[in-house]
Amino acid sequence: MQLRPIVAALARHKVATALILLQVALTLAVASNALFIVATRIVHLSRPTSTDEAHLFVIRNGWKLGQNAARINANIRADLESLRHVAGVRDAFSSQGFPLGGFKDDIIQRLKLKPDQKTTGLLVTYFASDEHTINTLGISLVAGRNFRPDEITAIGPNDKVSPACIVVTRSLAHKLFPDGSALGKTVYLTDGPAVIIGILASLQGAFKNSGNLDGYTVLVPTHYLDPEGVVYLVRTDSVAMKPVIAATLKALQERGGLRIIDPKAGVVTMAQIRERAYADDHSVAMLMSILSGLLLLATAGGIVGLSSFWVSQRRKQIGIRRSLGATTGDILGYFHAENFLIVGGGIVLGALLALLANLGLMHVYELPHMPLYVPLLGALLLWLLGQLAVWGPARYAAKVPPVVAIRTE
Amino acid sequence: MWGYYVALALRSSGRSKALTALVIVLLAFGVAACMVSYAVFRATTSDPLPGKSSRLYVPQIDNLGPSYNWYGEPPETLSYNDAMALWQAHKASRQTLLYPTQWQVESDSPSVPAMTETGDAVTADFFTMFDVPFRFGSGWAANDDAQHATVAVISRHLNETLFGGQNSVGREIRLDGQLFRIGGVLEDWNPRPRFFDAGDDVRPFDDVGDIYIPFTRATDMKKDSTFSYCPTDLQAFDESNWDAYLHSECDRIVAWVELATPADADRYREYLRHYAAEQQRLGRFSWPPDIRLRNLTDWLAFLQVTPRASSLSMLVSASFLLIVLVNVVGLMLARFMRRAPEIGVRRALGASRVAIYRQFLIEAATMGLVGGLLGVALTLLGVWGAGALFEPSIARLVHADTSLIALTVLLAVAATVVSALYPTWRAAQTQPAWQIKIN
Repeated sequence: MQLRPIVAALARHKVATALILLQVALTLAVASNALFIVATRIVHLSRPTSTDEAHLFVIRNGWKLGQNAARINANIRADLESLRHVAGVRDAFSSQGFPLGGFKDDIIQRLKLKPDQKTTGLLVTYFASDEHTINTLGISLVAGRNFRPDEITAIGPNDKVSPACIVVTRSLAHKLFPDGSALGKTVYLTDGPAVIIGILASLQGAFKNSGNLDGYTVLVPTHYLDPEGVVYLVRTDSVAMKPVIAATLKALQERGGLRIIDPKAGVVTMAQIRERAYADDHSVAMLMSILSGLLLLATAGGIVGLSSFWVSQRRKQIGIRRSLGATTGDILGYFHAENFLIVGGGIVLGALLALLANLGLMHVYELPHMPLYVPLLGALLLWLLGQLAVWGPARYAAKVPPVVAIRTE
Repeated sequence: MWGYYVALALRSSGRSKALTALVIVLLAFGVAACMVSYAVFRATTSDPLPGKSSRLYVPQIDNLGPSYNWYGEPPETLSYNDAMALWQAHKASRQTLLYPTQWQVESDSPSVPAMTETGDAVTADFFTMFDVPFRFGSGWAANDDAQHATVAVISRHLNETLFGGQNSVGREIRLDGQLFRIGGVLEDWNPRPRFFDAGDDVRPFDDVGDIYIPFTRATDMKKDSTFSYCPTDLQAFDESNWDAYLHSECDRIVAWVELATPADADRYREYLRHYAAEQQRLGRFSWPPDIRLRNLTDWLAFLQVTPRASSLSMLVSASFLLIVLVNVVGLMLARFMRRAPEIGVRRALGASRVAIYRQFLIEAATMGLVGGLLGVALTLLGVWGAGALFEPSIARLVHADTSLIALTVLLAVAATVVSALYPTWRAAQTQPAWQIKIN
């Protein structure tokens, strides 16, 4: 395959060549960044909560005014008792928050390794729990033990959060004690020390965008007596949750005078919580995918159009080559090679533009550095696309009969 | 001559159907993508109070110190002490303090169960500053604030639920067990975005609350804001000691002031600086004065009300249109150069270069018009499908109106004509002699 004649021929049509080159370059720059954004969003919203999401729902239970802490404690105990006996319910517990539930004032704590530690403590999420929490959420202990029923206390929003023992996630345990000896050690919450008695495999916190806070979750053995309300997390036996939800609400309505549950937003399934939390990421991913798809189609269309035009302009030259002995294969090869060269030139420019665009985007949008294999994959894709696009016009060119060379039209 | 050129354009399009179709379809998609992105962008950057947005300001005072700043900015809300200091100084023609909160609502009708409703604790000027429309009654007066009156203003929606939509001014409801007299019922009011109490807990495109009561009365009832930012290691503060909590450095109150001219704004800024310096001198702040005074437009930009999806899609759509244009230049070149013999004949018959320009630019404009019309159809499709791509609270704001449609067609025609400039120039350079020679 002689490349010099191809390049020489292209040099005679500088503008059209430059246009296809520019188009390929811009497409690579935009599409690789867009698809990179899609990939980062998909990774972000695929992070598991580590809970049994298909079987979990949350009841947002508000308390009627005028109930004191003792009253609320009795309410919660009675509610949990009846919830756990509803047909279709596997287990339930009460808390002040839930994974992906979003920020609240009373959902984070700072942990210190020593009581007099000068640096600010490590920020963690905590969930009020009892001995049923691990079974309800469907998470697993990798070391240590679950809470015992006698260890569950009852605190309100103004009480000190200082349980005697806590259960933490593995990533938090490693962060605090990198040598792996977290079990049995004492850490210091803001209001007092606590012994780590159990380590969970993993559990996501309440925030979806938390960076280092994510994965650092603590279970505190207490019922949370907030006069505003409490959340009940319920795990069902089967995936058909609607009848079970109705049954649990009916069970709670037997003591309905104590509570207010919003008819519309009072009960949410874990799937709905997830959807709401990641709605923004989902729409970005969809949008970027659609636009990238349209972009690639547009480039393909442009290549088809221009290549057909070139073929029609060069009928005479093709005829001459054929009459001098070129086979259909030679003509096909010529056009495919020419396309390969042009797209190759565009790719080199495009990869550079892609990396520059990524640097620019990082300033206005939280995006990591685009790894080099992203524009390389895009380059391969565009080469393939170009070859596919030129296939039709090349076949048409190969059909040009040699007699065209001597016809005067 | 225009009709002749259009006829020429249509005839030549008939001869090179595929290329023409490709140009039109590419343009339609490029323009539609831009216009749908723009429609969403327009919905999220709309000015909730046009005409007033430059006169309403949010003062911010850093009372927590640089170690609590997010990206170098002081907190978005004020502490109670600072808010009351600004209120009593009354350095602006109109001012309001507010915070979002929620109540348990009960009415005398037994058929309506108790509900939890959200709303804001505000001062009298809130209703006049934000042009809040009333259906029945009105807001309260300044001395109602001073007397901690138990008056409430409710939304039309709540009025429907509680009182069947009748004029309920003078009737009573219980908020957190306390009796309130209804002083006014609002019309359907839903500023987009919900700018006045937007913060971590209140999303900008949520519906506004249903109940408004005086700030002073809410403070008496020990109602806390739904979001407060406290400078302790533990984010929550012990609220059982309300007085200590009230006068702590916890930030929970939004202040809005109305300042008619930029000179007034400068004076107010000076006052804020002076106040912060005073607090530093008194030993309350151990850092130099850090204050902000942003008007409504800047405040919305600061809160980044426009969702990421929207600004990203604008960027990518604009790039898409650019790439489509590069494409179209090449395709136009192909179309025009194919007709070199025809151009040669016209020139030989006496057409000037200008005539050739006119012919091809009109041809480009015609293609742009057709592409624009197809683009309008695609834009309408895209706006209709916006619900699947953007979150519902934003998607319902996106609508296509005549200005959007006109803009679509205009953009298509302009884009096509611009991309036809170079090909037209090349076409006009055709030498007649070369073209009419027998080969």
